[in-house]
Amino acid sequence: MSLIEFLQQLINGVSLGSVYALIALGYTMVYGIIGLINFAHCDIYMVGAYIGFFVATYARLPFIPALLIAMLGSALLGVVIERVAYKPLRRTTNINLLITAIGVSLLLENGFNAMFGGNPRTYPGDILKQQTVMFGPIRSDALHLIILGISLLLLVLLNLFVNHTKMGRAMRATSLDKDAAALMGINVNTTISMTFAIGSALAGAAGMLVAILYSSLDPYMGMMPGIKSFVAAVLGGIGLIPGAFVGGIILGVVETFMAAINSKIAGAVAFVILIVILIIKPTGLLGKAVKEKV
Amino acid sequence: MLKIQNLNVYYDAIHALTDINIEVKEGEIVTLIGANGAGKTSTLRAISGLVPAKSGTITFEDKKLNGYPAYKIPYLGISHVPEGRRIFSNLTVMENLQMGAYCRKDDAGIKKDFEMVYARFPRLKERMKQRGGTLSGGEQQMLAMGRALMARPKILLLDEPSMGLAPIIVQEIFHIIKEINGSGTTILLVEQNANMALSIANRAYVIETGNIVLEGKASDLLQDDSVKQAYLGG
Ligand SMILES: Nc1ncnc2c1ncn2[C@@H]1O[C@H](COP(=O)(O)OP(=O)(O)O)[C@@H](O)[C@H]1O
Ligand SMILES: [Mg+2]
Repeated sequence: MSLIEFLQQLINGVSLGSVYALIALGYTMVYGIIGLINFAHCDIYMVGAYIGFFVATYARLPFIPALLIAMLGSALLGVVIERVAYKPLRRTTNINLLITAIGVSLLLENGFNAMFGGNPRTYPGDILKQQTVMFGPIRSDALHLIILGISLLLLVLLNLFVNHTKMGRAMRATSLDKDAAALMGINVNTTISMTFAIGSALAGAAGMLVAILYSSLDPYMGMMPGIKSFVAAVLGGIGLIPGAFVGGIILGVVETFMAAINSKIAGAVAFVILIVILIIKPTGLLGKAVKEKV
Repeated sequence: MLKIQNLNVYYDAIHALTDINIEVKEGEIVTLIGANGAGKTSTLRAISGLVPAKSGTITFEDKKLNGYPAYKIPYLGISHVPEGRRIFSNLTVMENLQMGAYCRKDDAGIKKDFEMVYARFPRLKERMKQRGGTLSGGEQQMLAMGRALMARPKILLLDEPSMGLAPIIVQEIFHIIKEINGSGTTILLVEQNANMALSIANRAYVIETGNIVLEGKASDLLQDDSVKQAYLGG
């Protein structure tokens, strides 16, 4: 592989990784705040892709408004799922919650399959122009760069929100200690809803971006990216926001390079990395010893 | 100011508090002493809305607190320093203090109270940027108290501030409690360290297995034979 090829692949890898990071954030934030591996998260990603698809196709909305609506719709779905399915079980065992999450996931996948059919659909071709961009000798396509740009923008905004606003601080405090947070005057239920809303909005954005990148969406499109992003979250240290970011980028880059060498094994790479990292550092790359909840 | 009448608290089948009556008047330091498992923490958690009262009433400045969700309590002027401190370990010292002021909107007042807390606990100022979890036990207790003061409470509920601390630090903490009271904050202090608690309190209640068994002036209880026997090491 030449240096130029290497750099091209690196851009693609970071771009894919930033999408994994967007999804991984939702897993990690929800885990951080209620100790649940939200199996339905990857389906919120799928629903986001569908919402974007519908408003882009039938309302003919351009990319940015469609993206915002997809994020909003996904956020709403995430909040409703938490309120209806998870909140009533919050005081019971974690295994009940986990099974419920799997149920919600199956409901969304099969519900969408029943309503819209299993055939893959595609976004209108003009939603984002396919275009080659050259940086000197390095060739890249606009789509990868746009995805990278939007993902990074969202990640920066999230980071600002979590670390530098009152609400963000309340979120971190709530994930550390709910009773102590309530003693500060924080409405824990609202904070949990907000966490679901943000995580789901990011997943919805990721869903739409990937559906455009691969020009395909179907009711089961969330499964593989969902698993890989979950791996990314664990890799970085589940419950840790910077961990999701680091894990996502590493996974995207490694997977892209593996695909360039041998596409057959690329899919398995995520799991090999996970196993190796967890043997060396069971709490993930950025993780300290934490109490295990699930 | 704070009045608890015939309070009963249950954890499923466990009857943790039986017909508790406690009153705290404005400006006082009142202490609730008792052995481990007597029901001290449950009393404070009931005031803060963290455990529900099965029956009885809790009133604060003529407002009935029963049924209030926990997160609304600090807005009334009640700050609770929980047992085991419960600081936010991954947040910095400054962020912990900011969390304490979560229930306030008066930015200028909050800024002034930062200075007040830093003046009262100079060690917190030195460690402003450090994560709460890296502080020593005594410093964490100071952070928990500073965090509660950032709400500018009318009454401060303190749950075993001496727990797990070296005697010299305990002295310092109790000295500060007295100072806080001196600057106008009413205090309800829960302690196993009866000696220290009685030495700074105006009045005291003794709790045993969920029942108030004795109450009176703190100075009288310090001389009381049964208290000496049970709580002051003979
Ligand atoms: N979360 C809980 N679940 C069940 N029982 C509890 C719980 N918290 C406290 N108790 C019980 O209630 C009683 C009073 O406990 P507590 O208020 O913590 O006492 P203290 O603070 O005086 O040590 C004890 O018998 C304790 O075992
Ligand atoms: Mg206790």
